[in-house]
Amino acid sequence: MGFLDIDNTTKSYGPVEVLHEIDITVEEGEFLVLVGPSGCGKSTLLNMIAGLEEITSGEIRIKDQVMNGVHPSKRNIAMVFQSYALYPNMTVGQNITFGLEMHGVPKAERDKAMNDVAQLLQIEQLLDRKPGQLSGGQRQRVAMGRALVRNPDVFLFDEPLSNLDAKLRVDMRTEIKKLHHNLGTTIVYVTHDQIEAMTLSTRIAVMNGGYVQQLGTPKEIYDTPSNLFVATFMGSPSMNLIPVKLRVDGEAVVAETESSEGDTLSLSVPNPSARLKSYNGQTVTMGVRPEALTDAEGADHRSTHIEKVLNKVTVTEPAGSDTFVTTTIGGAECVARMRADTEATPEEVTEFAFNMEKAVFFDPKSEDRIV
Amino acid sequence: MSVASQDTTIRTGRVTRALIYLTLLLFALFYLMPLFVMVVNSLKPLHEITSGNMMALPEVWTIEPWRKAWSEAQIGVQATGLKPYFWNSIKMVVPAVFLSTMLGALNGYVLTKWRFRGDTILFGLMLFACFIPFQIVLIPMARVLGIFGLAGTTWGLVLVHLVYGIGFTTLYFRNYYAAFPTELVRAAQIDGAGFFQIFWRILLPSSGPIIVVSVIWQFTNIWNDFLFGASFADFSSQPMTVALNNLVQSSHGVKEYNVHFAAAILAALPTLLVYIVAGRYFVRGLMAGSVKG
Repeated sequence: MGFLDIDNTTKSYGPVEVLHEIDITVEEGEFLVLVGPSGCGKSTLLNMIAGLEEITSGEIRIKDQVMNGVHPSKRNIAMVFQSYALYPNMTVGQNITFGLEMHGVPKAERDKAMNDVAQLLQIEQLLDRKPGQLSGGQRQRVAMGRALVRNPDVFLFDEPLSNLDAKLRVDMRTEIKKLHHNLGTTIVYVTHDQIEAMTLSTRIAVMNGGYVQQLGTPKEIYDTPSNLFVATFMGSPSMNLIPVKLRVDGEAVVAETESSEGDTLSLSVPNPSARLKSYNGQTVTMGVRPEALTDAEGADHRSTHIEKVLNKVTVTEPAGSDTFVTTTIGGAECVARMRADTEATPEEVTEFAFNMEKAVFFDPKSEDRIV
Repeated sequence: MSVASQDTTIRTGRVTRALIYLTLLLFALFYLMPLFVMVVNSLKPLHEITSGNMMALPEVWTIEPWRKAWSEAQIGVQATGLKPYFWNSIKMVVPAVFLSTMLGALNGYVLTKWRFRGDTILFGLMLFACFIPFQIVLIPMARVLGIFGLAGTTWGLVLVHLVYGIGFTTLYFRNYYAAFPTELVRAAQIDGAGFFQIFWRILLPSSGPIIVVSVIWQFTNIWNDFLFGASFADFSSQPMTVALNNLVQSSHGVKEYNVHFAAAILAALPTLLVYIVAGRYFVRGLMAGSVKG
């Protein structure tokens, strides 16, 4: 029994099922991010929580109250829309208090709530303006104010930052995180931006094709993705996928692949599971994050399993804080995150360090992680 | 700066330019000519028209024809002038325009924001109302007005124009609201606003341009309508257009052309006023309805 339960919920449009038996429990004060490519059903799920879309089967409960068929206004939720959906004919103040007015809250109380929220979001000087006179960031704040003033059980955010420019997006992201930290509210947040998902959430549900691919903390999702989809969707640049042949030798497991120079690279796998050992002699997909494939000096000093290999550099991309170095290992193009002042130069052989503690393995057929 | 802007304009020689302006001027004069004739002749005594030149300015300026047209001219059996018929028209136009605009807005709201099965078919059927010729419905409408007990009354005419106008107003508002973001309606739903609250508080206040279009269109059409007025009104409810016709067509007595001219201008004045006051919103509203919200 959580604060918000999504229990075996499906959604169909006619014969087409777009969401398949979604099961998510959100505890009070959690920040759940639904992330996935467009068309994965994340916004549909959010709209179902909001009551804007009907639930085909299953149940959605808030505080143990079944919400199926309950009108959106009676669910004690508030929603921030992608386009902000500010009423163009009303002032900022009226926008913020409209919901309270509709719920029959007396004027004096409304004004007090409005002033509190305006102070919290620092939009006091905007209260008499119309939405058309505001900048994107200000509209975003007003939209959040409209949600906050209701003091709802659950906040729903539908890609609230995707209309902002890059810099403002980062600022507002921090702001939302602060707000969640200070108010301790329960939030369900939809985005297609995996960095937003990683930075904001306490838990992430990665969705694709109407299924929840993985539900877990940002660290779980990032370090131990349950399948290839999650592995490649989360993280930028995305995870390197190298085909390797597993060789079991007693307790030790070695992943073999080929360098760009045609040499065999033998990478020893620390703490191999029994399942992994059962793949002896087979080719599997090894997943290595760019930050686990570095130059020797940049490698994680706490890691006990650094494997150094020589390989030819294809391209270097200096990004200021790091330099991304592209190379080919085992026929797959890989990106290594090296220090900014790395000496790697294109067309020359340089030393790459694998942090094998962070390596994960996937079954190439089922695409699931080998646990 | 000036050089840069010249590069983008089409270069025209002095002669071409003069020709263009001359042509435009000629057309403007051509279109203004009837108005000039009407105004000038409505301001002269009758004998100046019958004996003289239609185009000439009055030798004696008088507003007597206007006064006569308004309050004394023989229309039908009584010498009342156009005054009572003018009020008849107002009593018919105002409710008909108001009701058809409101119902059109409501229809547009339902057809775009509360979609239901078969809504496009229903909208298509409503569009038919825009294409039905007036003459076809004369007899069935007379029957319906009879059943409702509205035959020969102003409210009967209001009903006729309302029914006829809804097709157009629904078309306007539906297209306008189709571009209106549905997220706003959803936000209002979450805020707890009901069906009519969303309509009154969110949609209608944002519908200024399209309301102007609807009002101008409906006002002009209903004010200028002759056929329905002639068919369904009796003496107590005849609109301005019918009265004007009766005045001009009367077969006995002297034809007072100056009074006729004044009466015709009086009949056209309200629509002219509506255009002058709201005309600049008209094009803007039409654009807003078709292009974006």
